[in-house]
Amino acid sequence: MDIKPEEMIKINTKPPAKHWMDIPADLSEGKFCYPAKAKSLEYLHLPNPRDWSPADEDWKLPENWQQIIHEGFKERLDKYRSLKVFMDVCVRCGACADKCHFYIGSGDPKNMPVLRAELLRSIYRNDFTTLGKIFGRLAGARKLTPLVIKEWFSYFYQCTECRRCSVFCPYGIDTAEITMMARELLNLIGVNIHWIKDPVSNCSRTGNHLGIQPQNFKEIIEFFCEDIEEITGVAINPSFNRKGAEVLFVTPSGDAFADPGTYTFMGYLMLFEHIGLDYTLSTYASEGGNFGLFTSSDMMKKLNAKMYHEAKRLGVKYIIGGECGHMWRVINQYMDTMNGPADFLDVPKSPITGTVFENAASTKMIHIAEFTADLIKHNKLKLDPKRNDHLKVTWHDSCNTARAMGLLDEPRHVLNAVCNNVFEMPPSTTREYTFCCGSGSGTNTEEIMEQRLRGGLPRANAVKYVHDKYGVNMLGCVCAIDRAVLPPLMNYWVPGVEVTGLHELVGNALVMDGEIERTMNLRMEDLPGAEGDSDE
Amino acid sequence: MAETVEYNGVSFEVDEDGFMLDFNQFAPEWIEIVKKEEGISELTDEHTMVIDVLQDYYKKNGIAPMVRVLSKLTGFKLKHIYELFPSGPGKGACKMAGLPKPTGCV
Repeated sequence: MDIKPEEMIKINTKPPAKHWMDIPADLSEGKFCYPAKAKSLEYLHLPNPRDWSPADEDWKLPENWQQIIHEGFKERLDKYRSLKVFMDVCVRCGACADKCHFYIGSGDPKNMPVLRAELLRSIYRNDFTTLGKIFGRLAGARKLTPLVIKEWFSYFYQCTECRRCSVFCPYGIDTAEITMMARELLNLIGVNIHWIKDPVSNCSRTGNHLGIQPQNFKEIIEFFCEDIEEITGVAINPSFNRKGAEVLFVTPSGDAFADPGTYTFMGYLMLFEHIGLDYTLSTYASEGGNFGLFTSSDMMKKLNAKMYHEAKRLGVKYIIGGECGHMWRVINQYMDTMNGPADFLDVPKSPITGTVFENAASTKMIHIAEFTADLIKHNKLKLDPKRNDHLKVTWHDSCNTARAMGLLDEPRHVLNAVCNNVFEMPPSTTREYTFCCGSGSGTNTEEIMEQRLRGGLPRANAVKYVHDKYGVNMLGCVCAIDRAVLPPLMNYWVPGVEVTGLHELVGNALVMDGEIERTMNLRMEDLPGAEGDSDE
Repeated sequence: MAETVEYNGVSFEVDEDGFMLDFNQFAPEWIEIVKKEEGISELTDEHTMVIDVLQDYYKKNGIAPMVRVLSKLTGFKLKHIYELFPSGPGKGACKMAGLPKPTGCV
C-alpha cells in the first residue's frame, strides 16, 4: 500500500458542500472491485455476461435495464415484507451513522448506514410511493439513472453486511438485508464482481469456492495428517464420503487451502481423532462458506442445499460446521425457510457428553466452538495451555457468528481453557458490538486494499490498544475470511500481531493419547523452551 | 476488463491483475513478460522447477496447489519460494506459470 498509516489515519469527516444526490461515486482505479468475468456468469446462467470495467463510461447494461430494476424491486417488495418495512420505517435518527467501520475509516457520508440505505430508498420513493412521485427530491426521491447504478455498485460493495449498525438501530433495521437486496438488483442487470462470482461458479462446479477437486481435497487432508503425525506422533485417520457416519463435518475451503486456516483444520482433525468421533468429511460438500449469500437468495439456497443433500445421502445424524463466519448467517437466518426443516436429521447430541443442542433443533447443525466448549465444560479434554504461553491472545468476534448466531461465550470458554494469556479488547468493540475485519461479504479482494484497510481500521485500532497495553501478539477468530484478511490488516496497522483460528490453539494445547513430547506447534515452529531441551 | 500484452510478436490475454486469462495460451514468451514484472534477471533451474510443478499440478487438477503442498513437491521452504519469486507463490510463481489467481476465503 502506497499510503502510509500516518497518512491514512487523517480522516476528513467534513461533509461535502453539495447535496449527496449530486455527487457521483468515485470509480477511479483502486476504488472498485473488478467485475465478474463473462465466463462465470455464463456458467451460472446469470444475465448479461460481457467484458466491461466499472471505470468505463458505458457499462453495457441491457437495453431495458431500468425496467428490469423496477420490476425486480417490485417483486422483492412483494416477496419480502421485511424489505418493505425497512424502506418505510427509518426516521433518520442517525443512531447508526457513526457505527459503520467504513464510515469511521473513510469519513465518507455515504458510508453512514442511513445514507447507504437512502441510495436505495430514494428509488423506492420515486417508483413506489405517492409522496415521492409527486414531490420528487423534496420527498427524498430521485429518478433511476446510470449514475445511480454506479453509486449502488460502489457503496453496496463498501458494505460488508456485518450488521453492527443494526445493533444500534432503534427499529432493528437489518441493513445487511438492504445491501443484499441492492446486490440482487444489480445482479439482474449483470453488475457484479469477480471475487464473488468466481467462487460461486467454482462452488457450483466442484462443491467449494476455490475449485478444489475431490482428489485434491483428500490429498490436502492427508498432507495435514502427515504433519500432525510428525508433530504429535499420533496417526490421524479421517474418512471421506463415508456412509453411515454419525456426523458430517463441513468447514470453509479456505481452511483447506490458505494459511493460517490450514492449521485450524489440523486442530479439527486432532480433536476428532482424540475423542474418537464417528465423523466423515465430504469431497462434495467441501465448502461451509456460501458466496451465494452475496449474490441472491436463489444462489444462497442452491449452495446451502448441497450440505444438507450430502448429509441425507450419507445418512449422517447431524452436521458439525467449522470455523466459518457467513455460513452461520445462512444457517441461522435463512436455511430453515429455504431448505429446511432438515427433518431427516437428528437434533445434534454430543456422543461424548450426551449434551443435546436444542438450539439447533431445526437446522441440525452446530458450530464446532459449541461442540468443543461442551467437551471442555464436561472435562472431556486433557489440555496443556502452557504450550500457548508464548502467546498473548485477544479475541475478535467474527461478525456473523457474533451477531447472526450469538456465539459469544462459547469461543471464550474454549480460548480460556487452552490459553493462559487472554486479553479482551474494549467492550464497545467486542461481542455484539464487534467491529468487522473490513473485508467480509466477498470484498476480500486485493484491488480495493485501501478500502479494506480503512474499513478494518476500527478493529485494528482496538487490537492496537491491547497490543500496546498488554503486549498482545495473537488475534483469534472463528471465520475463514477473517483468517485470510486480518493478517494484512495487522501487518499494516499493528505489526507484530499474528492471526489464528480457535482450533489451532486447541490443537496445540490438546494432550492426545499416545503423543510424543511436543517440540513444535502446528505451524512447525519450535515451542519456546523446547529448543533448549533438544540434543542438537 | 481483458487486455492484451505482447512479447516478441506473441500476444496474451490477461485480466486486471495481469494474470493470463487462458492457461492454454501459455508460451515461453509469457515467462519473459512476468520475469520483467517480477524483477528476475535470469531464470535458474529452481525457478523452472517451481513453474513445472505448478503447471503439472494445474493440468491434472485445474487448480494451483496449496502453498504447503507446493513446498513439499518442490522441496523448497516458503521463504525460499519468496526468494525465487519476490511477489510470492501466488502473485509471482503462479502468474509466471500461467495459472489464474485463486478466489474465495483466501
